[in-house]
Amino acid sequence: MSTVRVLVGTHKGAFVLTSDGKREKWDVSGPHFAGWEIYHLKGSPADPNRLYASQTSGWFGQIIQRSSDGGKTWETPGGGLKPTPGGMPTGESNKFAYDTSAVTGKPLTTHQWYDGTQHPWEFKRVWHLEPSLTDPDTVYAGVEDAALFRTTDGAASWQEVAGLRGHGTGPKWQPGAGGLGLHTIILDPSNPKRIFIAISAAGAFRTDDGGKTWRPINQGLRSQYIPDPNAEIGHCVHHMAMHPQRPGVLFMQKHWDVMRTDDAGDQWREVSGNLPTDFGFVIDVHAHEPETIYVVPIKSDSEHFPIEGKLRVYRSRSGGNEWEPLTKGLPQRDCYVNVLRDAMAVDTLDSCGVYFGTTGGQVYVSNDAGDNWSPIVSNLPAVFSVEVQTLQ
Amino acid sequence: MIQVVLPAHLRTLAGVGSEISIEIAGPVTQRSILDAIESTYPVLRGTIRDHVTHQRRPFLRFFACQEDLSHEPPDAPLPEAVSSGKEPFMIIGAIAGG
Repeated sequence: MSTVRVLVGTHKGAFVLTSDGKREKWDVSGPHFAGWEIYHLKGSPADPNRLYASQTSGWFGQIIQRSSDGGKTWETPGGGLKPTPGGMPTGESNKFAYDTSAVTGKPLTTHQWYDGTQHPWEFKRVWHLEPSLTDPDTVYAGVEDAALFRTTDGAASWQEVAGLRGHGTGPKWQPGAGGLGLHTIILDPSNPKRIFIAISAAGAFRTDDGGKTWRPINQGLRSQYIPDPNAEIGHCVHHMAMHPQRPGVLFMQKHWDVMRTDDAGDQWREVSGNLPTDFGFVIDVHAHEPETIYVVPIKSDSEHFPIEGKLRVYRSRSGGNEWEPLTKGLPQRDCYVNVLRDAMAVDTLDSCGVYFGTTGGQVYVSNDAGDNWSPIVSNLPAVFSVEVQTLQ
Repeated sequence: MIQVVLPAHLRTLAGVGSEISIEIAGPVTQRSILDAIESTYPVLRGTIRDHVTHQRRPFLRFFACQEDLSHEPPDAPLPEAVSSGKEPFMIIGAIAGG
């Protein structure tokens, strides 16, 4: 029988939640890496027992953890206690150095700061880890200040995919409230050379040559705080999602507005429709219905909680524009949590499971595509990220 | 042997107790101590000082013999009590955050 493994990153550690295919009774393990911020953890599609976690701290910086047994045990690749024969370690699993070399790198520029001045580019943390679809040792990392890194040795070492940061528009990139983070990485299953990424607040970008060159894909986005209505850079994209069978169709939750493209980002159109507010962070797609999408509307950019204290997931079965609220099992009064951008995921069981975590420490599951919800856990630290693995 | 006290999170990360002992052949300085720690415990590279610049991470301070040595040059000799192992070199995390 299938099982489900839910990987939860929180403000104070990681948790692994497991259940059988009914998704009614859950085992909870954790906290792993207690006391550390876990921005994200995700499993390899090529080897589900291979997990990667981003462990970070304002005091001690960035650590990358790896598990080869589904999260039972963890290691820091190359960071073991035994030094190499030469006396210095070869593993640099937590070293994220921007590549400024003449051959493969790009010069380190500045980016726009909150006050409009230019600010040095400085590595702070890894926001998102995206394992390769085919190789368990290859992983992409989206970092703050925004850049894309890649490992091909199981996270023992990382190299910047410098063409993105060096695209030329870097001085116009500016941090969102949470920082200048590269938070979304989508690998195209039909084209290994094509990758989509998104940065707050620079916008969405696409490469069609495996990362050498990148182009902004933000035509059709409108942001009130950008005077130029046709500006391609500066949009605060919160998250993007794609159904693997429809790799040219992307859905986006922008700072304000829910957007859709049918041509891999060449042109976007708004599909907010009848949503009560089109501000939000998460967006995801049903595992078997490419036109069924989910968002969690949040009141506004200055009030990061649901409208009227009612936690509601909205579902569209028409690829946007027409939305229905999903409320059964979710608190409908006095609820003032947020749902952060990487904190929603779906499983691939026949009856698609939908999951999301809140800043109040709840992780909710629906085992019927959103019709009914129940909490798996209710009192975790603030949830940063939720990922799901469907295991046979 | 030089005695070094690590913050709790770094002890957990390195899998060590409250105090570690390291051996240093040459002059005992902040830099030589940190080099030795990172060589013996590779997982701690980047956690005390930046990978690239080798600057002390801003929320960490260095103390020994009841003195704050955080702003001393990295190659300045440390007190004899540290180099002889009588007093530990202490790496302290700032009391901040939630």
